[in-house]
Amino acid sequence: MDSLHDLGGKQGFGRVSYPDTPYDETWEPVVRALSACALRNHIYNMDEMRHAIERMTPRHYMTAPYYERHLTAVATLLVEKGVVTRDELETLAGGGFPLAGPIGPGRLAAPPQSFAIGETVRVKNEHVPGHVRMPGYIRGKTGVVVGITPPYPFPDAAGHGMQASMEPTYDVRFRARDLWPDSCDDAMNHVGVFQSYLEKVAAA
Amino acid sequence: MADNATLPAASPEQRTAAIEMVLRRHGVLQDGFVDDFTHHADDAWVTANGANMVARAWTDPVFRARMLANGTAVAREMGFQFPEHHRHLVVLENTPDIHNVIVCTLCSCTAYTIIGAAPGWYKDLDYRARVVRESRTVLREMGLDLPASTEIRVWDTTADTRYMVLPLQPPATEGWPVDRLAKIVTQDAMIGASRLDEVKG
Repeated sequence: MDSLHDLGGKQGFGRVSYPDTPYDETWEPVVRALSACALRNHIYNMDEMRHAIERMTPRHYMTAPYYERHLTAVATLLVEKGVVTRDELETLAGGGFPLAGPIGPGRLAAPPQSFAIGETVRVKNEHVPGHVRMPGYIRGKTGVVVGITPPYPFPDAAGHGMQASMEPTYDVRFRARDLWPDSCDDAMNHVGVFQSYLEKVAAA
Repeated sequence: MADNATLPAASPEQRTAAIEMVLRRHGVLQDGFVDDFTHHADDAWVTANGANMVARAWTDPVFRARMLANGTAVAREMGFQFPEHHRHLVVLENTPDIHNVIVCTLCSCTAYTIIGAAPGWYKDLDYRARVVRESRTVLREMGLDLPASTEIRVWDTTADTRYMVLPLQPPATEGWPVDRLAKIVTQDAMIGASRLDEVKG
């Protein structure tokens, strides 16, 4: 889905706060552990977790500290999976418990195809309503395959609890100036792109 | 707060406690898990893991070649773990002409068992938004002013592959033993936000 989590290349942001200023919030490591507990007990998978964060309302996503995004996602999934109701959660918390927005449809992987190292490929011009791991800045863009990974579960299916077939990702190299002509620093941008997101480019 | 909230939000502490109660009631959260997990994460998933890999790569060309060919196998051999969804570790070699830098624009993916938990700035919106598009500018703002001739390669962690940068060894440290070298390798250098240029003999 095209939400604000897809930040790559968005303009108007400021200096990176580097180095970190140390701080200590005791609830944050607890959220990290609770999320790991739910994950290990297969209440949800990692793609469902990521998608629940993506489904937070943009206003909440942009203002929540990092572990509040995780807290919101865990709560959303526990409600969606029927482990607890929102009313019970709010009673236990003694106040409101903001959750992420509703989940849309997922999708299965595209028919298998393969690409070779050195091959020029195009990222499909797709607008997916559910979970997708294609950053918007490469949509429809052309790059060159420079690496191939072992197969991973297809996230657009896994993020919706659907049967996720395994497919390779291709390490695709783009030129920054092809992604953002006239408005970027010169660089090579490498993105791990799932096979289903790619299409062949007809030979010139 | 979120548009769908019905009541003023409880504090993060109260909401966290509510989740803890729910998981306990559901029978999946055992006593002591939170403390055990936190101690394990803090003690075992540390920057020293990646730093030891880097130091060995600097001193042993055969190890270096194996690490660049298969980072996962080398990390496992050294006793380091990976969570299930980190399926592949790729080591990116800096050279005098090529500088690698890592980001996760969509969330905050990091090889955290190898280089340690991601720093706050890596997870911040500003870094995620900007480093893919303004890499040279962002690195300069962070104190790393790369020569114009250096090619910058930005790696966006969008799949289950995790990355770490193999930094250049500072010239002043030639001949140092592995354990001394490992101590100078920082997390920022393994992300690509610094080059260890400040290390002097």
